[in-house]
Amino acid sequence: MTTTNFSRRQFLETSGTAVGGLVLGFHLSDRWVRRGMAQSAAPFAPNAFIRLATDETVTILVNKSEMGQGVYTSLPMLIAEELDADWERVQIEPAPVDPAYNHTGFGAQITGGSTSIPSSWQQFREAGAMARALLVEAAAQEWGTRARELETETGFVLHRSSGRRASYGQLAERAATVTPPTSVTLKDPKDFTIIGTNVKRLEGPDKVTGRAEFGLDVMLPDMLTAVVAHPPVCGGKVRRFSADAARAVPGVVSVKEIASGVAVIAKDFWTAKQGRDALEIEWDDGEGAMLTTESQRDRYRALTDEPGAVARDDGDAAAALTSVAKTIEAVYELPYLAHAPMEPLNATVRVTGDGCDIWAGTQFQTGDQMAAAAILGIQPQNIRVHTTLLGGAFGRRANPTSDFVSEAVQVAKGESVPIKTIWTREDDIQCGYYRPMFVHKLKATLDDAGMPLAWHQRIAGQSILSGTPFEAMMQNGIDPSSVEGAADMPYTIPHQRVELHSPTEAVTVLWWRSVGHTHTAFVNESFLDEVAHAGGRDPFELRRVLLQNSPRELKVLELAAEKSGWGQPLPEGRARGIAVRKSFESFVAEVAEVSLTADGTPRVHRVVCAVDCGIAVNPWNIEAQVEGAVVFGLSAALHSEITVDGGRVQQSNFHDYPVLRMSEMPKVEVHIVESDEAPTGIGEPGVPPAAPAVANALFALTGKRIRKLPIRMEEAD
Amino acid sequence: MITLSVNGRRREVDADPTTPLLWVLRDTLRMPGTKFGCGIAMCGACTVHVNGVATRSCITPISAVGSAEVTTIEGLSEDGLTTLQEAWLEHDVVQCGYCQSGQIMSAAALLAKTPNPTDEEIDTAMSGNICRCGAYNRIRDAIKQAANEGGVR
Repeated sequence: MTTTNFSRRQFLETSGTAVGGLVLGFHLSDRWVRRGMAQSAAPFAPNAFIRLATDETVTILVNKSEMGQGVYTSLPMLIAEELDADWERVQIEPAPVDPAYNHTGFGAQITGGSTSIPSSWQQFREAGAMARALLVEAAAQEWGTRARELETETGFVLHRSSGRRASYGQLAERAATVTPPTSVTLKDPKDFTIIGTNVKRLEGPDKVTGRAEFGLDVMLPDMLTAVVAHPPVCGGKVRRFSADAARAVPGVVSVKEIASGVAVIAKDFWTAKQGRDALEIEWDDGEGAMLTTESQRDRYRALTDEPGAVARDDGDAAAALTSVAKTIEAVYELPYLAHAPMEPLNATVRVTGDGCDIWAGTQFQTGDQMAAAAILGIQPQNIRVHTTLLGGAFGRRANPTSDFVSEAVQVAKGESVPIKTIWTREDDIQCGYYRPMFVHKLKATLDDAGMPLAWHQRIAGQSILSGTPFEAMMQNGIDPSSVEGAADMPYTIPHQRVELHSPTEAVTVLWWRSVGHTHTAFVNESFLDEVAHAGGRDPFELRRVLLQNSPRELKVLELAAEKSGWGQPLPEGRARGIAVRKSFESFVAEVAEVSLTADGTPRVHRVVCAVDCGIAVNPWNIEAQVEGAVVFGLSAALHSEITVDGGRVQQSNFHDYPVLRMSEMPKVEVHIVESDEAPTGIGEPGVPPAAPAVANALFALTGKRIRKLPIRMEEAD
Repeated sequence: MITLSVNGRRREVDADPTTPLLWVLRDTLRMPGTKFGCGIAMCGACTVHVNGVATRSCITPISAVGSAEVTTIEGLSEDGLTTLQEAWLEHDVVQCGYCQSGQIMSAAALLAKTPNPTDEEIDTAMSGNICRCGAYNRIRDAIKQAANEGGVR
């Protein structure tokens, strides 16, 4: 058991907007309530997260956005555990935007960095324990007993010696009058009955019936729809335009220029799109028109020949590189990547006399609120953000510039009706915010026993933090997200030096599921494989030796190897590859089993994953997240690439920005390491090892080294 | 005015005949269960049934639908959940859930025609439906379970 003392004021604060808010809701299903429903109905509101009604319903206001990662189920589990709630009576409601719902680490309302469970682990359990204590005290007062004689069990307070029992709903009104405790005691993990069990998604039923409401599904009275013509060249601007033909399209209501292009507002999407197609726009392409992927790659290659900002300097890598006989060198390249969530970006905005309502599937409510306030010249507290379900996000819906929400606010500014601004898939693929393109140059030396002695790595790629409000996270000119996983690579190699170049480009960049690990895991885990082969060592055995001081990496590595049958014979034409990576404080190793099809393209048959993410809050969801992360990683490894020619993104939709489909889906096995450590991230950590595991398997199969993504065997050395 | 038959009901719609069925369902008839994903029939999020055949509504103009019977996710079951939807819940298939209306409609059309599909038949029927969250193996498992339990209904 752990006892926590907290500042009552901080903890209990539920501000005006948290309790009030705009009530538009209706009951969708038993378990998932649309915004604003439960808040006024429940008599017992012990803190910002819990509303308990006399009908026994426990509504949990969730301050993290549900984008597929399972927070609408796993976060309520934390509260329900300590509250001893009846899980069948738990329902959730998206929290409004309010400082009470800020991320405990980031100081803003944001969902990202695989931090939802770790950052809420203490907070949500304490919220549940505090509500439980109040209910127990209410029962003690009612029965004239002492609180410590009472127990709780699935929605009831019990007094065993007298046989009395009262439901939480019966106690709710009295509990609301009890003075809150100044400290709470949390359960010993061995007493958990909800945490650690396999729990199905609360919003699942709505998602299989089409009732679930995503941002794109928001419908308001008198609402119009807008589509925006964006510049075809990265960083371009409107020079002049004619809207005559667009206005002539029946159903088009208005056309206006905004910061990001020209907006066409119409009665519905299809009409707005017809209007956009009819626009005649002369663009000022700007300097972005000079940008071409080939020349950018040459520039980055040249940069990696020059010293960069030093992100790591252990020992004396330069001296070690010249003093030993065996040296290997390689250059690795990774492209820009689009996030391409299934739901195209959109937001619905209503500007009224005194404020503004925003309905959006967003990961960053506070940022959207601040951005809208700046555009409209009103106070942030007058901007109400109504978070819908997110049809995928992968980082794209947490933009420091709030790009798609800001755009929708600009469209709606000055309009008397609500306006839904919708991006087409082409807008999504072509209009920016990509995982940066990277080039890495590496050198390593090996001693006579084939063990690595020195590792030298130079990285060139845009910073995603530079120039954003998150710039404060940069240290000595180094964006940690550009070097994570390299600057702290756990392998015990005596001399290690990592340098970084952060060029700027007209192309806008953003975090993409697993951020810096997307490139450093592929590069470092592939080059370590090169080191192993150069030294005549088995890639798994070499990692084992180099991870002797990293027990959690070692454990997942060994588990993945064991479960995959590492070292056991495979059918002719198949081979295995292995990779391991710590990211977001969790540890994942993956073994991929591959072959080549008759036409020589890679085929992944099986991926065995071993995961240590601390206490497994909802094991089913952890398995699902890792399965999905493997798919996300394989899409990037095998298919996806954004290229630029004359500043124009050359891909536009899923026909030329392909992602993994069912016919290519490997068998995926997920093995979870038992742990009593606090839980760590799970949305992202499954992604990084997938690409290097596959590339290493292809080397084992063909002797060809993959140094460029997406994988094209004809380009392998 | 164009007359459509949607989920067993006649619907009069005032829309240009070239308008894709998807946008008539979503914006005119206000049935948002059918999703917009790509607009070029490459992702399957907009899948509905037209006379029982899985059809990408984003590229199907209403003029081509005529009097054919359109079934959407909202009309898949008249009451409660179908065996297929139950299997979806049993396997906790969904993550973000956005593609799932289309996935379920494609799977329902498959099972109606092929009650016990092989892996290859599932691949063929389902590979037009992208799931960016990567729930493919669970989708496959749910289809097989529904097949074992007697199909769509």
